[in-house]
Amino acid sequence: MTSVVADHALEVINLKKAFGGLAVTQNVSLTIRPGERRLIIGPNGAGKTTLFNQISGDMPPNSGQIKLFGNDVTSLAPYQRAHRGLSRTYQIITLFAGDTLEHNVTLGLLGLRPSRWQMWRPLAFYGDLATEARRTLDAVGLLHLADHPVSEIAYGEKRRVELAMALAQKPRVLLLDEPLAGLSDTERSTVKSLIGSIPRETAVIMIEHDMDTALDLAETVTLLNYGRVIVDGERDTVIADERTREVYLGV
Amino acid sequence: MKWIATALLAVVLVLLPFFAGDFYINLASQMLIAAIFALSLNLLVGYGGMTSLGHASYLGVAAYISALLTSRYGLGHGSAALLSILGTTVTAAFFGVIALRATGLGFLMITLALSQVLWGLAYRMSNITNGDNGIGGLTRPMPFGISLDSAAAFYWFALIVASFAFLMMTVFVLSSFGSSLKGVRDQPRRMAALGFNPWMIRWITFIYAGFWGGVSGLLYVYYNKYIHPTSLSTTSSAEALLGVIAGGSGTPGGPVVGAALVLLLKNYVSAYLDRWNMLLGAVFVFIVLVMPTGIVPGLTKLLRGRPR
Repeated sequence: MTSVVADHALEVINLKKAFGGLAVTQNVSLTIRPGERRLIIGPNGAGKTTLFNQISGDMPPNSGQIKLFGNDVTSLAPYQRAHRGLSRTYQIITLFAGDTLEHNVTLGLLGLRPSRWQMWRPLAFYGDLATEARRTLDAVGLLHLADHPVSEIAYGEKRRVELAMALAQKPRVLLLDEPLAGLSDTERSTVKSLIGSIPRETAVIMIEHDMDTALDLAETVTLLNYGRVIVDGERDTVIADERTREVYLGV
Repeated sequence: MKWIATALLAVVLVLLPFFAGDFYINLASQMLIAAIFALSLNLLVGYGGMTSLGHASYLGVAAYISALLTSRYGLGHGSAALLSILGTTVTAAFFGVIALRATGLGFLMITLALSQVLWGLAYRMSNITNGDNGIGGLTRPMPFGISLDSAAAFYWFALIVASFAFLMMTVFVLSSFGSSLKGVRDQPRRMAALGFNPWMIRWITFIYAGFWGGVSGLLYVYYNKYIHPTSLSTTSSAEALLGVIAGGSGTPGGPVVGAALVLLLKNYVSAYLDRWNMLLGAVFVFIVLVMPTGIVPGLTKLLRGRPR
């Protein structure tokens, strides 16, 4: 399975999802190359997060296919997709509030290791996990807060912990759901350079409203509206496209 | 300081039979049994976020299997103990598959229903279980040829088992798996996205809790030399749950304190008060009002928060 070099990190084929009569994903198809930087834009309610939820397995599509590195994962549970190299962050911060930053990141590491089933040995005995977690926290500039519970840190720092948890897993496909939401200008540029420094082995797919920052990070852009792909392609082509201006930029 | 206190407690526990009368030794034995039971329930309630109202099932199943095998089928205590623990664990695995189709209130109702089924069976299948008369005339095992018939001997036996159970369950909670369990309790969706299988983690915990519930059931039937359907009843499950919550769910020591408190009120106070249930209720209202997270976390907070 791993020996096959797939052309696409992620393929979404004719995906459809409706909540009752409301079609939120209508025939969406996407292909993401390994290491690609893709930005997904669209007005509120365009179905961006719903698309992410289907890719990550949180929500089953009504029809269509999702492939990770050429393998069909449509019927796999979220945790099985994680083991195939998929990681995600959440628009609404989803952290373990009572636990320390180090423990949060450690959980990210543990999720992909067989030692997560170990019952007879305290977690504290795994020194390599703690070292690795601290290294990841250092990379996002939060090492000094490693021993603080998440509930005590600022909102912008929580956003970075979200990112650190996903990055610790060294994913091959990373879904970022509004990583810049609610951040101040300084925090924004910190997170921006952080996302910019994600290694090229990882394909990054990002939902973001802050176009000024996000466009710098993106190579390709997909515009969604009412659950449909409106425009899809190289960044400059999509931005120049008249339909993008019409739907999104409002010019 | 903490180590000194722990060592002191250990010494008092070990030497208890030398300075206490039989009544108190027996009370302590019962507390140890109730503590193992409460600790196993705490794995579900406190660390797993799975509030079960049917945990007495496992205590009862283990006790009944052991009672039947030793009295009716003439098996030795060793093989009877193994078979009853095995039977209990398998029951927990099966019940877990059913109960874990739901979470929260649904889970609570299913565990309640399943335990009621067992209670009903114990009551009605009187040709096997002897129904409302219960099974009496049982014996205690003789590990390594040592008789456990004296209050002190049984106490030490229960103390060894309870210490081991406490150690095993505490390590379980501190382990990687324990962290996974707490993670699934707090953020199941995130845990799934991180590569954890929430259902499997809950199920394994359910079985493990059933296993230790079975261990407490064995001690229970050894202690009482008698088993009655009441042990399987909702009251029995609810008392343990009250103990866990009163002592402090999700803490290693809370359930021990809570279980001891319930037992103390039940056995000791009932000798002086007819309506001991009323006192039990009053005590719980007091705990919930003053220390909503339980006695152990409440006292810890009180001691830490005191200005020095």
